[in-house]
Amino acid sequence: MVSADSDLPSPAPSPAEPRRPAYVDDAVTRSAKLLVAGSFGVGKTTFISSVSEIRPLCTEAPMTTLSIGTDRLDGLDGKRTTTVAMDFGRITLLPRTAPPIVLYLFGTPGQQRFWNVWQGHGLASGAAGALVLVDTRRLGDSFEVLDQLETRVPDLPIAVAVNVFPDSPPHALATVHRKLDLLPHTPITSCVATRRDSSRDALVTLVEHALARSLEGGAS
Amino acid sequence: MTDHPGPPGTGDPPEETHRRPVRPYVITRGRSQPTRNTLRPETLLIATDPDRRLPPSAAVEQRRFLDVCRGLLSLSEAAEALRLPISVAAVVASDLVDAGHLTLRSNPPSSASDPTLLRALLDGLRRL
Repeated sequence: MVSADSDLPSPAPSPAEPRRPAYVDDAVTRSAKLLVAGSFGVGKTTFISSVSEIRPLCTEAPMTTLSIGTDRLDGLDGKRTTTVAMDFGRITLLPRTAPPIVLYLFGTPGQQRFWNVWQGHGLASGAAGALVLVDTRRLGDSFEVLDQLETRVPDLPIAVAVNVFPDSPPHALATVHRKLDLLPHTPITSCVATRRDSSRDALVTLVEHALARSLEGGAS
Repeated sequence: MTDHPGPPGTGDPPEETHRRPVRPYVITRGRSQPTRNTLRPETLLIATDPDRRLPPSAAVEQRRFLDVCRGLLSLSEAAEALRLPISVAAVVASDLVDAGHLTLRSNPPSSASDPTLLRALLDGLRRL
């Protein structure tokens, strides 16, 4: 398994003194946010790690909704109160024609039962776009994530990136686009989430799409 | 709907308050919503004046929060450093902002689809 994904809740942190965080450059005047969505194990944490300038962090958010349905990896079934890990990363961008911007990437499992938590924390609102990572070995796992995004945040620009694993069968991107029943304008690309340049290029694809959508009036 | 009373004085709590771990909401004195809704996980915060002291009545979480925010930091990062759930951190931060101890370096509202921002993001990403 090249691309581990740590959507699992991490053990309860010990009550210790606060860590001294790596501060944002004081020249930064604004922040922006992109979501990195995808099903469990698809490589979100790996993707965020490869481009983030800080160690990806997990903020525990309380999740008190009853876990309905099962999730084979998390072992949460039957618990009424638990926490959900929220991975995020940070990139300080230095555009030539604008002041520095800090871009945050938030890893979002995207399953229905997480949305109340995300929406409660303002995770989706204010995002410039969502990159949906998919694994062609289990494309079906991506449907719920895509459905949730299209239903809950219909105006959010979406791009899909196929995370290429060493044993992924070769697929034409057009075929994956069709199998996922994506909207015609939704871009699809491939990436190797362990590689920084590759992850960066996938983010470029997403932001290019968001800009195009914005210039055409924001209609989906 | 009288069979479902919330704690006294809190009105009708959202259903998710049931079985919530108690301790974080002691920190927030029972509130689950910050007083402002402009705080998002990516909102940048910084102590207004690191030398300005909190009143003696301030909670230890407020002191810790302000201490962590000596430099510029997002709400998410402050929450993580303090090991607080982000919803709790938002309430603590909101109180500190209201009292003038913490300053938001916030984005204009509804700016996420602003072409100027998106062009800057694109240029910045391509230069990585």
